[in-house]
Amino acid sequence: MAYHSFLLEPISCHAWNKDRTQIALCPNNHEVHIYKKDGSNWNKIHVLKEHNGQVTGIDWAPESNRIVTCGTDRNAYVWTLKGDVWKPTLVILRINRAARCVTWSPKENKFAVGSGSRLISVCYFEQENDWWVCKHIKKPIRSTILCLDWHPNNVLLAAGSCDFKCRIFSAYIKEVEEKPAPTAWGSKMPFGEVMFESTGTSGWVHGVCFSDSGNRVAWASHDSTVAVAEGGKTAVCTSLSSETLPLLCVTFITENSLVAAGHDCYPVLFVYDSNNAALSFGGKLDVPKQSAQKGMTARERFQNLDKKASVDSKEAVLESVHKNSISQISILNGGKAKCAKFCTTGMDGGMAIWDVKTLESAMKDLKIV
Amino acid sequence: MAKNTLSSRFRKVDIDEFDENKFVDDHDEAADQQGPDAGDMMAALHIALRNPPINSKNPAIKERAQTVVLKVLTSFKGSDIEPAVKSLDKNGVDLLMKYIYKGFERPVENSSAILLQWHEKAFAIGGLGSIVRVLTARKTV
Repeated sequence: MAYHSFLLEPISCHAWNKDRTQIALCPNNHEVHIYKKDGSNWNKIHVLKEHNGQVTGIDWAPESNRIVTCGTDRNAYVWTLKGDVWKPTLVILRINRAARCVTWSPKENKFAVGSGSRLISVCYFEQENDWWVCKHIKKPIRSTILCLDWHPNNVLLAAGSCDFKCRIFSAYIKEVEEKPAPTAWGSKMPFGEVMFESTGTSGWVHGVCFSDSGNRVAWASHDSTVAVAEGGKTAVCTSLSSETLPLLCVTFITENSLVAAGHDCYPVLFVYDSNNAALSFGGKLDVPKQSAQKGMTARERFQNLDKKASVDSKEAVLESVHKNSISQISILNGGKAKCAKFCTTGMDGGMAIWDVKTLESAMKDLKIV
Repeated sequence: MAKNTLSSRFRKVDIDEFDENKFVDDHDEAADQQGPDAGDMMAALHIALRNPPINSKNPAIKERAQTVVLKVLTSFKGSDIEPAVKSLDKNGVDLLMKYIYKGFERPVENSSAILLQWHEKAFAIGGLGSIVRVLTARKTV
């Protein structure tokens, strides 16, 4: 497990390239910095300056090697590498509030942008005009879209929103693709159709993720719950209220296990049992440093009692790897079916790479199903 | 010159009600609440926490539920609080936390001290998550 501190400021968002040698991240300002791995160092090789507002979402398409970024300046840019320079192309999103998140579709012919304008812009490239065009999904979204994830069939899109709901929409664009085959979430998928809407959890939906098969969707909500819904005749929702602070991001690492992380600064494992439709807590995925326990002098004890009204010798320093909230998780290799490594970035400006095998052997009773 | 000759009736209109972007929660049916009988404290707690007026918009019903629960909570002995909290399930602990914070809002003589003891025990079981759920709940008790 490796931890690298990039900056002192929060990393707003990050994206990896196909072979995981380069990472594009936003250092909490209007730019995107691309770092390249060189042995054990990270060198900044590109700085992408085009946005007029903070960059809130980055996604790097692995096959076509294009980066899409979106920001609070209500714009999105698609960057293509020409020689040694990244050239931006503006995409008009027709939104009047900040864009919050962006993801490429699995086939990389479309991308979706969630924004504060209470709508999702699904953008595709129109060959005749050499121009990115966007279509809006508006109903029945009532508030900001915080997170998006595509289904493997390139048509369905899961969206988590500030109106306390996680929904699955159809983002079928007839200009770029064939009619999709029926899925567990339904068979008729015209553009903008709501295939699923969550019930049961309250709180803003911070993170949403489809499983590898696309039959399950998981979301993390601000009321400290994680929920999984399984598609079918009637979608089954299962949620788990946790005793921790709210989680901000969630991802499947196998079909039955999820890793989530958030304001508690360490990733957590959840296991979903589809036979009983039950979600359970799998374990805390942090490797704590064994701090030397020195005995407390009487003076220190009195000082603690005076200052903090407690006799605890717990230090004020967090024991986890990340020293501040973790805002994004990305899978490095293995895909969502058999993830072997995942990466977390957070508000402490650091990036940690976690190895699933090492974690499994380090924590006893940790079973990744 | 000093007298306002134009109509100021428009000032009495609540403009937020007419905002077309206004967020309206899903509305569910209201449930009524019955008071518990005196006697077995544990059972009284369970009964008091049954059927919380979560879906009701009627403040009178909520007020009644709150006084009932507060009465039950304050009549517990200090040593009985922990086993009582342990006997509740996850949703029960969340509901208890909601009532505790509602009780903090309107302190009656000595109620805060008892409520703080309840809070400590409920926090040990429910953790920060139960407090976050009190803060983020759309349907308050």
